[in-house]
Amino acid sequence: MTLHVHIAIIGSGPAGLSAAARAAQRDRARMEAGEISEPTHILLESFSQPAKTIQRYQKGKFVMAEPGFLHLRSDCEFGAGSREAILEQWQEDIARNGIKVRYQAEVQAITGERGNFSLALANGDVVTAEVVILAIGLEGNPRKLNIAGEGDSALADRVQYTLDDPEEFNGERIVVVGAGDSALENALALSKKNHVTVINRRAEFSRAKEANLNAILQAINDRRTTLDCLYETNPAALEADDDGINFAVETPTGRKVLSCDRIIARLGGFPPRKFIESIGIEFSSEAIDAAPILNGQYESSVPGIYVVGSLAGYPLIKQAMNQGYDVVEYIHGNDIKPADHELLEFQFGLLPYRRPPDELLHLFQQRIPMFSQLNVLVFRQLVIESSIWVALEGPSFENTKKQAAELAEAAAQRQPSPKTGKLIRAGESIFQRGDYTNTFFMIVDGEVILERHEQSAKPVRLERGQFFGEDSLVSGRPREYTAVAGSDCVLVETPRRTMIKLLNSNDQVRRGIDWIFTVRALQKHFAPELSPGELREIAQTTQLNTYQAGEPLFRQDQEGDCLHVIRRGAVTLQRSSEEGDLVVAQLQADELVGEMALMGEPVRRHTAKASVLTETIVLHRDSFMKLVNLDSSSISQLQARASKHARTYTTMQAQADKGSLIGFMMGEGMGEATNAMVIDESLCIGCDHCEKACADTHDGISRLNRSEGPSFAQMHLAISCRHCEHPHCMKDCPPDAIHRAESGEVFIDDSCIGCGNCVTHCPYDAIQLAHTPQPRQSLFSWLLKGAPDKLSIGREDADQGASGAGKKAVKCDACMNFANGPACVNACPTGAAARLAPEHLVKLVAKQ
Amino acid sequence: MKLHQSILEYRKGRYGWWALLLILGAIVLFGSHNDFQPPNGGTWQGYILGSIGLALIVWLTTLGIVKRRYGKSNVQAWTSAHVYLGASLLIVVSLHSALQIGLNVHSLAYVLMCVVIFSGFVGLYFYRRYPHLMARNRRNLSQRQLFSELNDLNQKGRALAKRCHPNLASAVDTAIDRTAIGGGLLDQLLGRDGSTVVLIEKDKKGGVQRRPVSNRDQQTIIGYVAKCIPRARKQGEAANIQSLLEVVCRRQTVTRQLRQDIKFNACLKVWLWVHVPFTIALLAALTIHILSVFYYW
Ligand SMILES: Cc1cc2nc3c(=O)[nH]c(=O)nc-3n(C[C@H](O)[C@H](O)[C@H](O)COP(=O)(O)OP(=O)(O)OC[C@H]3O[C@@H](n4cnc5c(N)ncnc54)[C@H](O)[C@@H]3O)c2cc1C
Ligand code: HEM
Ligand code: SF4
Ligand code: SF4
Repeated sequence: MTLHVHIAIIGSGPAGLSAAARAAQRDRARMEAGEISEPTHILLESFSQPAKTIQRYQKGKFVMAEPGFLHLRSDCEFGAGSREAILEQWQEDIARNGIKVRYQAEVQAITGERGNFSLALANGDVVTAEVVILAIGLEGNPRKLNIAGEGDSALADRVQYTLDDPEEFNGERIVVVGAGDSALENALALSKKNHVTVINRRAEFSRAKEANLNAILQAINDRRTTLDCLYETNPAALEADDDGINFAVETPTGRKVLSCDRIIARLGGFPPRKFIESIGIEFSSEAIDAAPILNGQYESSVPGIYVVGSLAGYPLIKQAMNQGYDVVEYIHGNDIKPADHELLEFQFGLLPYRRPPDELLHLFQQRIPMFSQLNVLVFRQLVIESSIWVALEGPSFENTKKQAAELAEAAAQRQPSPKTGKLIRAGESIFQRGDYTNTFFMIVDGEVILERHEQSAKPVRLERGQFFGEDSLVSGRPREYTAVAGSDCVLVETPRRTMIKLLNSNDQVRRGIDWIFTVRALQKHFAPELSPGELREIAQTTQLNTYQAGEPLFRQDQEGDCLHVIRRGAVTLQRSSEEGDLVVAQLQADELVGEMALMGEPVRRHTAKASVLTETIVLHRDSFMKLVNLDSSSISQLQARASKHARTYTTMQAQADKGSLIGFMMGEGMGEATNAMVIDESLCIGCDHCEKACADTHDGISRLNRSEGPSFAQMHLAISCRHCEHPHCMKDCPPDAIHRAESGEVFIDDSCIGCGNCVTHCPYDAIQLAHTPQPRQSLFSWLLKGAPDKLSIGREDADQGASGAGKKAVKCDACMNFANGPACVNACPTGAAARLAPEHLVKLVAKQ
Repeated sequence: MKLHQSILEYRKGRYGWWALLLILGAIVLFGSHNDFQPPNGGTWQGYILGSIGLALIVWLTTLGIVKRRYGKSNVQAWTSAHVYLGASLLIVVSLHSALQIGLNVHSLAYVLMCVVIFSGFVGLYFYRRYPHLMARNRRNLSQRQLFSELNDLNQKGRALAKRCHPNLASAVDTAIDRTAIGGGLLDQLLGRDGSTVVLIEKDKKGGVQRRPVSNRDQQTIIGYVAKCIPRARKQGEAANIQSLLEVVCRRQTVTRQLRQDIKFNACLKVWLWVHVPFTIALLAALTIHILSVFYYW
């Protein structure tokens, strides 16, 4: 069966749905005008209902409408609300807009060219289309069994490829196909209440994690559990039966028929990238999180195929819906301004020159050489996510100040309210040395002066087109200099997350930033007198190395011909002898490792190991010699540092027990912490006052678990946020709600949508999802109005999602809003609780 | 950022010096009594000492409030001062009373105060000593982890025992069922172990006898299992019992650790049950003491 349409939209998530609604509205107008007689669009969805990703959210989840400053432009409606309400609304939107949709229509291949694409569906049908909108999101599609009978509609709800809630099933005979972690986890969870058979194609479980492997083997061997396994067995055919399913399988001893109630196939998934590449669409880089290359109208490298939504690199529902609308307008030749056009007007409102945003964007991009080659869409999104700074002098500052106030007021009146630029006086600082900020700055106009605080260092003057702030971005360490704005200076300040995404997807930008990082590191450590131009050649001879936790940089007793400057992460130095391995030091980012090899003693005295993910700049002997010959001003400092190191390392070596404590701390990831709760067990009386204080000062939910967490030598690392240098939790936060305060605390703001990604990413279990409570009632208002209806904290309320309070991620914020410092530490009567940085560890250990 | 310091070391024992000064001041004041009036609470020196004592007691009591006003003050500093100044109270008030003890409300207040102070000393001793012992006893595990290990051992033990002779299996089962950890306050404090086990033995007449016996410290069951090893007949049975023996021995260690941990935890709390109620009683007696003094003035 073949169907021909003008626009085929693949995927009915927010992006695809909104695109289909726009296409349907356009069709309706043309039908009313008598131009066409039937719709010319089709929406193809692989699932049996619209928006699979949203369907798969947990029941009752409160869906947030972030980013707050962006307004919605779509023929479908969307606002913050419960998952159920939103899905219901979209069903209505589909009918109201007259969208032509086909469910269970997975597109498996796309061939052809603009004007004549051919889409092959899983069931063998073909759809031909002039243009294609790809809105398939990032979740991918599960791999199927591919056996006879699988497509039988009688079995549709008995053969499943995912399992949302194992508690749903009770007393069934269930066959789980697969040997990966998700198959094993499902099988184990189901076996509590059901009879489970696992089908494994191989003779052993080799793909599973250690913990799952042990649990499954134990369950299989335990005769009391209702779980067994068929090895070297392949699914062969399916057949519906009055009594359930007859599932034929090929075992090593011949064909067998299993009679069961349900089949759960967990065979992994097809990530969307493979599919998209098979169509011929190019990606910006090899990195996993790279997005497809698109032009300013979302058209991919295959003309006629457009990409929108999370697949295009925009992680939120509202953005996806706006793009769906815009892309259909573009396809119809209507070059509308994107919904974020206004946002840019506000952002640019304080600039000394007045021009349309698109022109300014172009100008900005031309001024910054590193970005001149960037895709226009990507640059646009970068500016939208950034803040524009303007520094002015005297009278023009005063004039603009009025203007800024008006602009801020105008912005505040909008719902939602957009960001406006930042105005400062020339000569004021942009950030201070020691601030924990990690944003990235580009100079579009004027100049900026970087003041280092060491006596020897001269201030550095930067001009239009240059950038700064890359060091904290890369190392996660506090700022090392104060940046002062010159007159008439215009800056773009880009948040860390936006930059990281760009670095991961754009090699040119990454190389540019790496290069300047290296030049500045060389300048700082070895050659303060040389200019970046003079350092260029030597910087090119260095190497950037990455080490996973536990990987060695070099080994003891080997001859060394290079030193390392730690760019991010932490390194432990270890000395091995007959008595065993002994940790003698741990070094943080911005420190040198192995410099002794270039200053006298070529044989390494220690083994250097990365204690967390670490990156170093490797400087070889020749280059080092060249550097110190060109600029000898820092030699005496380097030598003094080397001898101090040698002395401390040797003292540590004499104290074996102390080394093992450092070793333990590093093994537990303290190398990347900036502020961790360390409890001295020889003082802790277990009164849990620390937890009570935390709960009392933080909406009734303690963000600290005192008794859990690892201990060693009477030091206990309680479970609580460590405010990591490179917070893992920030990795895929869709609304970018996790930030680092200037003073270093990592905190989550109100825009959290409760997706739980940070909970998964934090290796230290420091984040939990909890209901954010209503404000606490005072005794007085309690007397006046009576007791609150519900206890507000941590209670699961079925209708909570609908009533407006969803679960959000909560974690320790190091009491950044309290003048007295952390409440937990203050509440401890015995002095057992302290919050420490790894730098204090050596002190701590020396005290022991 | 501060490193760990104990209550007594807090800021190099700053409040200890305050307390010492207070005591010296009190002694000097006491020494200034002249011959006309023998020292007692009624002299002007006595009044000053009494007022200091009263102020101190009221202030010491406020620790209970400060402790619960989270995020506002540094409780360790308060506790450190509480301990040193609380101890100095003993001298100040003894001088105030000039040790004129009798059977009256005044002396009652004095005795109550002594109880509070000495219970404070006991608490301080516990605070200084037990956390260290507890940490050593738990060996880098938490109490929850110990309980979950015990749980695992119980399961493993039962599974192994199932494959042995029914008498042995039933002994192990009952030993697990009847293992007592915790219990009433007294049991917790003394670390008493009321565990029992039911053994099935042949009596002299050849009949079967089920006998619950004490299984203190898991000794009985360990002995019982060990005795079964050489008597094993079936193939592989001895090895099985050997593994079972390892499990019951490991259970002994874990139950010991748990009992110790519970005991220490109980000690760390129980002294406050004396300290706080007696503080309240002291405040009541003190009020009567002051009222009566002014009444008879
Ligand atoms: C747990 C969680 C919570 C979140 N919470 C929020 C929130 O509160 N607020 C918010 O703004 N964002 C939230 N997000 C992000 C949001 O879900 C995504 O940004 C959004 O779904 C992206 O929309 P999309 O249309 O691009 O893709 P998707 O919503 O992923 O839709 C893709 C659709 O394409 C279909 N499809 C895939 N492949 C094929 C194929 N080959 N053929 C046919 N159809 C196909 C899929 O079945 C699916 O229906 C959350 C994400 C997660 C995972
Ligand atoms: C008359 C004198 C004293 C009074 C009225 C007094 C009163 C109190 C009160 C009301 C508390 C709070 C208990 C709670 O709310 O949990 C307390 C706690 C405490 N007191 Fe005293 N006390 C006195 C003397 C002492 C002395 C002499 C010592 C030790 C030498 C001492 C040691 C302590 C300790 C260690 C705590 C526990 C602190 C904590 O865990 O937060 N007290 N006392
Ligand atoms: S939440 Fe976890 S990952 Fe994030 S900063 Fe804290 S400890 Fe690090
Ligand atoms: S407040 Fe201090 S003593 Fe009490 S549990 Fe916490 S760390 Fe231990």
